[in-house]
Amino acid sequence: MKKIIELKNITKSFDGEVVLDHIDLDIYDNEFLTLLGPSGCGKTTTLRLIGGFETADEGDIIFMGENINNMPPHKRNVNTVFQRYALFPHLNVFENVAFPLREKRVPKAEVEQRVKEMLSMVALTGFEHRSVTSLSGGQQQRVAIARALISRPKVLLLDEPLAALDLKLRKDMQQELKNIQKAMGITFVFVTHDQEEALSMSDTVVVMSEGRIQQIGTPIDIYNEPKNAFVADFIGESNIVDGVMLEDRKVAFSGHVFDCVDSGFEKKEPVDVVVRPEDVDIVAEDKGMLKGVVTSVTFLGVHYEIIVDINGFKWMIQTTDFVDVDEHIGLFIEPEAIHIMKKSEYSGMFGDYSSFSNELDELSDAESESEE
Amino acid sequence: MKNTSSSARRGLVYRMVLAPYSLWALLFILVPLIFVAYYAFTDQNFNFTFDNITRFFTATSTVNDGAATKEIHTYLVIFARSLKLAVISTVICLIMGYPMAYIISRASQRTQNVLITLIMIPMWMNFLIRTYAWMTILQDTGILNGLLARIHLGPVHIIGTEAAVIIGMVYDYFPYMILPIYSVMAKMDVKLLEAARDLGCNSAGVLRRVIWPLSLPGVISGVIMVLIPSISTFYISQKLGNGKFYLIGDAIEGQYAANNLHFAAAIAFILMVVLLVCMALMQRGANKKAMVV
Repeated sequence: MKKIIELKNITKSFDGEVVLDHIDLDIYDNEFLTLLGPSGCGKTTTLRLIGGFETADEGDIIFMGENINNMPPHKRNVNTVFQRYALFPHLNVFENVAFPLREKRVPKAEVEQRVKEMLSMVALTGFEHRSVTSLSGGQQQRVAIARALISRPKVLLLDEPLAALDLKLRKDMQQELKNIQKAMGITFVFVTHDQEEALSMSDTVVVMSEGRIQQIGTPIDIYNEPKNAFVADFIGESNIVDGVMLEDRKVAFSGHVFDCVDSGFEKKEPVDVVVRPEDVDIVAEDKGMLKGVVTSVTFLGVHYEIIVDINGFKWMIQTTDFVDVDEHIGLFIEPEAIHIMKKSEYSGMFGDYSSFSNELDELSDAESESEE
Repeated sequence: MKNTSSSARRGLVYRMVLAPYSLWALLFILVPLIFVAYYAFTDQNFNFTFDNITRFFTATSTVNDGAATKEIHTYLVIFARSLKLAVISTVICLIMGYPMAYIISRASQRTQNVLITLIMIPMWMNFLIRTYAWMTILQDTGILNGLLARIHLGPVHIIGTEAAVIIGMVYDYFPYMILPIYSVMAKMDVKLLEAARDLGCNSAGVLRRVIWPLSLPGVISGVIMVLIPSISTFYISQKLGNGKFYLIGDAIEGQYAANNLHFAAAIAFILMVVLLVCMALMQRGANKKAMVV
């Protein structure tokens, strides 16, 4: 695959605060790449650097082999779908979509034809003369996409484009964006803080935190082989416990020695052990590798989410078997379900569910959204 | 049932709250207007007549401009002169105010507040005092010529010229141009400007295709708020024009002073109608433009 954009050693600060800390990232032709991370992780700044709205303090941005550090946005062969769409309120749907073509003085007949094509691609045929302010959020979104794609950019940048839509519409748009990307055969760079969205749409996921890239990989890699406690916690739910690698394929944690599939660590090396909540089987107490007491049970439709206290450390387990609060249960974990990570600066910060509450989680999500 | 009665009650409350303002509008806006119209279309004995109106369009006088004596339509010439000076002043205000409003609207909130306050401070001073100050500055032996003499330039003769009148109008009415434009620009979403750049506009393109059309409502209010007072002012032209530039405002004032209320009312009425038509045309043009650009 051909590299289309290369970020080399990019550093950026605002008012002395480092927002991007020596970022290296290659973006390939024709891929759907997602920058994923909590608010303030630098994902939007990365996008704005590629779009040309910010300049890096250090480092280089290479676009198809050419250094574009100082190229203004209107000369870059990339277009952006902005977070709240940024449609021009004084122009109707047709003129919004035709905006870039008018700038290039494209002949009238061609403008007419290309706008028609674009509008039909985003299913807005017949909306040409509507005012953009009279459209619903989803329709405005489509106009923004059509407008960004009409000049046939090499790369489309999308800054949390679905954040303002309701859940149902968001799911539809995810699928549609994916289809558009395939149909156009261009690169999409997508920014989101929604890990589920990132996993379901992307070819490549870039997990960011505190201005640094934590991990780059396919959605399956990122989920199954997280590099550190931050990634494990941010992508899906994880129980992360301290462990010691006894030898290859043998790890001790929570007072028990487990078989696992990881190797290549030092003897007696302290490690972080990740076990996904859906990978734990509940068995009778005397048959379990670990024993614990159920402290809470939440019914979530497809499964129950239960919190189990094991020697003071709270585990989250997702199960379809019903257990009751205060019940003593045993846990069984298969070797494939255990993932070993090197210790990192994030060790000990995540993966304990002792203060867990669904509600709190949502509250803090809403807060972080409004910050941006 | 309950719903309709409560909404009817709300309607009543609303009308009661509105009443003082309606009364105000009636007493101090509508009634005076009717009086102006009534005086304009009546003679000394309050008999209906078109004479005052016709006089405005037909009255002539003889002037000697040094080389020859000419017959001119007195009030049409005065009106044209007022219009010319007012339009020039408005255009200068717009050319100076528009970029300034944009620059202020892009500054930090703190800087914006400081700059806007600075622009408004002259408005807190009495209008007459401001005009007198300009007399002192622009006189042949005034402050400006004093300064020029120090750097061995000048003297320049400004007082009593059209330039002096225009300087006075621009100075006095400039804040009325900048404030409405600024308030529209301050509300403009920065993302729209970024979007325009992203979609291929250079700086000039962003200005022409996004900033200008979106700021048009502010520009129109600014133009109206500068054009109207400067077309009808009489004080500035008397003091800074040394009375040599008789403007429509001076004509109205002169007729009132001469106790010729009916003709004064007629001039005022005609001025009002002309301005109303101009405003309507401008608003219409702007609406059309906003749809097309």
